[in-house]
Amino acid sequence: MTADRISEPVSPDAGQPANQDIAGYAIRLGDDALILAQRLIEWSARSHEIEEDVALANIALDLLGQARSLLSYGGGYWAKSEDDLAFLREERRFTNVQLVELDNGDFAVTMVRQLLFSAYQYELYRTLESSVDGQLAAIAGKAVKEVAYHVEHAGSWVLRLGDGTELSHQRAQTGLDAVWPYTHELFTDDELAGRVADRGVGPLPSLLRDGWLGTVQPLLTEATLTIPADDWRPSGGRSGLHTQGFGYLLAELQHLHRSHPGATW
Amino acid sequence: MSTEARSSSTDLPGSSADARSLNADVPPSSAEARLAELREAVASVPDPEIPVLTIADLGILRDVRWATDGQPEVVITPTYSGCPATEAIRDDVLSRAHAVLPAARVVIELAPAWTTDWITEDGRHKLAEYGIAPLGRPGPVRVQLGCRPTVACPRCGSTDTEVVSQFGSTPCKALRRCRDCAEPFDEFKPL
Repeated sequence: MTADRISEPVSPDAGQPANQDIAGYAIRLGDDALILAQRLIEWSARSHEIEEDVALANIALDLLGQARSLLSYGGGYWAKSEDDLAFLREERRFTNVQLVELDNGDFAVTMVRQLLFSAYQYELYRTLESSVDGQLAAIAGKAVKEVAYHVEHAGSWVLRLGDGTELSHQRAQTGLDAVWPYTHELFTDDELAGRVADRGVGPLPSLLRDGWLGTVQPLLTEATLTIPADDWRPSGGRSGLHTQGFGYLLAELQHLHRSHPGATW
Repeated sequence: MSTEARSSSTDLPGSSADARSLNADVPPSSAEARLAELREAVASVPDPEIPVLTIADLGILRDVRWATDGQPEVVITPTYSGCPATEAIRDDVLSRAHAVLPAARVVIELAPAWTTDWITEDGRHKLAEYGIAPLGRPGPVRVQLGCRPTVACPRCGSTDTEVVSQFGSTPCKALRRCRDCAEPFDEFKPL
């Protein structure tokens, strides 16, 4: 066995996406997972207990695995590898929603965002399991079981913090107020999403919101938190417009690969 | 992934019989024997994180078959999407497979999604002896808080145990603590 074989990345063996829309759709879902994984890993060795370090690293690892499958699949259409997409794209070429790139804030902000995003992913993957695209269905069928654990973990923390002390409640509420407006982008339809939905490849994002609310609303209520009004709806991530912090995130993500192209160890 | 390991095949486990007949150069009985030899060689590859278990025990080894192009093919599936052990397992399987059939390749398939239900009875016993709590009853993972089944302590057998964290030292394990003997232990979490 040669050494270069050992350093090869592992991706599921799959054919290529049937068309550019499916490829682009896989990449936007992969970008969501990749960028949140990168954000979460910033918590390593910084959370309040070692178990939480381990938990956040595990959630990040699950998301990274999903991202690798999705980016490998989508990138295949243009003969791009997962590494090409993760390390060599400029900021404007990333199509993740802004929610996943937001600064971690304090632990309450991170957990509220995790609950809101994981509950969305749960709805998404559950629907995507019956996609006419076999590879997307396979990735979703695997990921949905992982995401169920993420919802459970983040949900437990939001309950504990929201219905905890005066200070933890206040921080959880501040986190919810800050993050909630960014959830609208998850459920905003655009042309690509429409075409993909028409062909039975992926669900129309707007149709996922009721199921998502069904998970998060009772939980937030039990956590004695107040859901903010649905007024401000920042968006643009899907078309490559990102928040200020995203450039710093990308710099950290891409620095090593760009400084030492093709480095392995 | 190298191109030689790519496959457009979507065959599910157990559907290799048809493909085998396409391998016209090899007499059927000999083809079968070589496939059995290949299976035996790769089945005992240990899991790098839990070395008492083989990939056959874990249900990671899904199929050993003649692919539609007549080449021998070993199909494995990852436990979790991001599990780094998949890489090591793929390399181990490939190296053992090549020792038997140099043309063999390894294919990673996601569907059907791996579940802890596929861990064999033998595997469950080995887990318990290794100090990892055997799995609870197989069933779907639910998005509900605090509804996991009771798990017995692998050291003293007490069922008075609690979850410390749903995430442990590897993606497939949760951390638990026994309230009776006070020992912490790993649980192979249902998926």
